[in-house]
Formats: sequence, C-alpha cells, structure tokens
Amino acid sequence: MDLSPIWLTLKLAGITTVLLLVIGVPFAWWLSRGRSFFKIIVEAVITMPLVLPPSVLGFYLLLAFSPRHGLGKWLHDSFNVQFVFSFQGLVLASVIYSMPFMVGPVKSALQQLPAALAEASYTLGKTQWQTFKSVLLPNIKPSLLTAVVLTFAHTLGEFGVVLMIGGNIPGVTRVASIAVYDSVEKMDYTAANNYSLILFSITFVLVIAVFVFNKYQAKSPLG
Amino acid sequence: MIRLTIEKKLKAYHGQQVLRIDKQFATGSITKIYGPSGSGKTTFLKVIAGLTNPEKGIIIADGITWFDAAAKVNLPTQKRNVGFVFQQYALFPNMTVRQHLEYATADEPWIKRLLLLGKLDNLETHKPEYLSGGQQQRLAILRALATRPKLLLMDEPFSALDPKMKTELVAGLKIILQELGSTTLIVSHNPQELDGWVNEEMVFE
Repeated sequence: MDLSPIWLTLKLAGITTVLLLVIGVPFAWWLSRGRSFFKIIVEAVITMPLVLPPSVLGFYLLLAFSPRHGLGKWLHDSFNVQFVFSFQGLVLASVIYSMPFMVGPVKSALQQLPAALAEASYTLGKTQWQTFKSVLLPNIKPSLLTAVVLTFAHTLGEFGVVLMIGGNIPGVTRVASIAVYDSVEKMDYTAANNYSLILFSITFVLVIAVFVFNKYQAKSPLG
Repeated sequence: MIRLTIEKKLKAYHGQQVLRIDKQFATGSITKIYGPSGSGKTTFLKVIAGLTNPEKGIIIADGITWFDAAAKVNLPTQKRNVGFVFQQYALFPNMTVRQHLEYATADEPWIKRLLLLGKLDNLETHKPEYLSGGQQQRLAILRALATRPKLLLMDEPFSALDPKMKTELVAGLKIILQELGSTTLIVSHNPQELDGWVNEEMVFE
C-alpha cells in the first residue's frame, strides 16, 4: 500500500493548522472586538467556505492563481511561485477553506469572556497584546483546542478544493481523500478501504482526545 | 488632586439619562460614593479609569490631562496608574493567587506584604474558582493595590467580607493607602460600613 497520500495529508493538515493558528487566532481576536460594517463583510467572506461548494472555491482559486494571467502570472514571473498543481497551492486553498473552523470557535470564545477581564489587565498597565497573551488566550484553551482539532480534521477530509487546485499528482498533490476516490475509480476497493480506515481512525482519535481534554482540564485546584 | 467635569449618557430602562459630574478630589482623600442602582456610580469609576469615555468633559490628575473631549485627548488606561476593584472581581481564572500579583508587579516583598494583608498567604497556589467569595474579593483588592496606584477605584469592595475580616482588612488598607498617598473612591451600597474611615462623600441621585 502506498502510504504517501497519508503522509501528504498529515503534512498538509499540520502546516495548515499551524498557519491558521498564527493567522486565524489574532484575526479572531480582531473580529471579537467591537462591530463595524467592515468587520461584518470580512467575517462573511471568511465564513463563505462553510456554505460554498468546495469545487466553486477551488475553481476560483484555480483561475486566480493560473500562471497564464493576472495574479498567478505575476507570482510566477516575479517570484517563481506557482500555486496551481503544487503543494503550496494545496496549503493556500486549505488555509482559506479551513479558516472559519479556526476563526469561528476562537472568536465566539473571546466574545464570551467578560469584558472586565481585559479591563482589569489594562488597569495593571498591560498592553492589549500582553492581555491577549496572558489573560484572554489561556482562558479560552478548550475552544482553542477545539478549533485546532476541527481545522486539522477538516483539512484531512478536504476533497473538492484540493482536487481543483492541486489535481492528482502522486507525491505532490495526491492527498488521502483523492487517493480514496482514485482507488474507487480503479475498482481497487481494498486500497480505498485502507485509506478510508486510516482517515476515519485518525479523526476519531482526535475528536475523542478533545472531549477527554475538555472534560478533565482545570480540575486541579493548584496552579 | 483630581479634577473632573464630565457628561456621559447612561442607558436606562426608562430611557436615557445623563450623568453630569463636576468634582475634585484632594490627593490622599478617601471618598465614599453611594446612591441608587443604575445612577451611574460604576460608570463614573470606569470613566475615570479610561475604560469608557464621556461624551463631553475633562479629567485632570496631578496637572496631567487624562481626558479632554474638546482637545481629543484620551490617555490610555494603562498610563493612568489606576487601581480598580471590580464589583464582580474580574479575577483571571487561569492564574493562581500569587500569579495575579506577579502579573501586576515584580516587587516580591510587596507581594508578600499584600498576601499577608489579605490573609491569602497560605492560599497563594490556588486559582480563583477554589477560593470563597470573600477570598476572591480580597484578592481583587490586593491585585488593585499591587501596582501601587496613585488612584484607587473600588466598586463594592467589601460586600462579600464578614465583619471581622472587613475590620482587619480596612485597618491594613488605611496604613497602605497612607503610605502610597493614594486618592481613593469607594462605591458602596452600605455607606455606614465606611463610617470613621472616609473623609468625603458623594451622593448619586
């Protein structure tokens, strides 16, 4: 059995999750603070992948990053970067596609924290960043973990969007979900079952781990 | 000395009312503030701390302009050196008693003294959810003192304390506030509890 689609999937999910932690968490913080029409528009845009057919998103990414014209051509000519039919393209698509799974839970959790927590920190002379890092973020740990796992698990299961922008290049863009589809196409149900079982098991363990962590965390009275 | 003239709209069930205050507080004075619920006492403290802004007015503390609506001056809360005891304590659930104080100051002898003042020295490794209401309230007071504030704003700071603990804490607080030279404003629903301690009072209608 060729395990490269599994490794590629795990690599893609890992990189996407780390990138979304870096980008999505501060973004969620920004969204959680106050409301404006601009923020509503931004939030609507990043929520779109939840309801948009993945193939539609993939199609537009394919158009946008095609090396033949526009942005894709400029990136290719200026920096020799190609997002179409490449692993970088999968990462970009995954970051966009999984963004609401990171931003949503983190933003909700931050909004549910009492405003007085941040206010108390400000009266102690702490900056917004210090407050975010030392007070807000540690108090949304369960939601943060949920967001990380949802993002990782969602990326594991991506199909339409990665197929559109990445195609099915073994070792480069052929992730597990595409390998399942490909195996079924070739009537190789054993391989399809193997890939499916591995994906199912990883996802199941991740979700169980979140429930266990959230159930038992912060039970000790000591710091 | 703190001098302020402010105007702030308050949201109320029966429509909107306007909080208008023109007042000055001498350095080192202790003022009790009382009045009915919804009269703007907490909002007043938050305005002074810079946690909410009035529509009009000016706040000057020791010659420094903290807020001036007309001149668009608004010194951030972080730079006002204000200690604030929140009515609901606003303790950090992720921090132990000691970590609350360490977050505010690196002065170890000061931390030890505060822990003794609040009788929390044997609970310093406990997080807020494992403290009683009275212990949480004492921690909120200690945290507000940790930065040695020049202005201490306390919103119902003794409501969860038993009479004996309150008497002891107030005795210790008097000494510390005198040492720091802090100007103190205390909102209380029970003004009698502050008799013999405060030297000014302010009534909200």
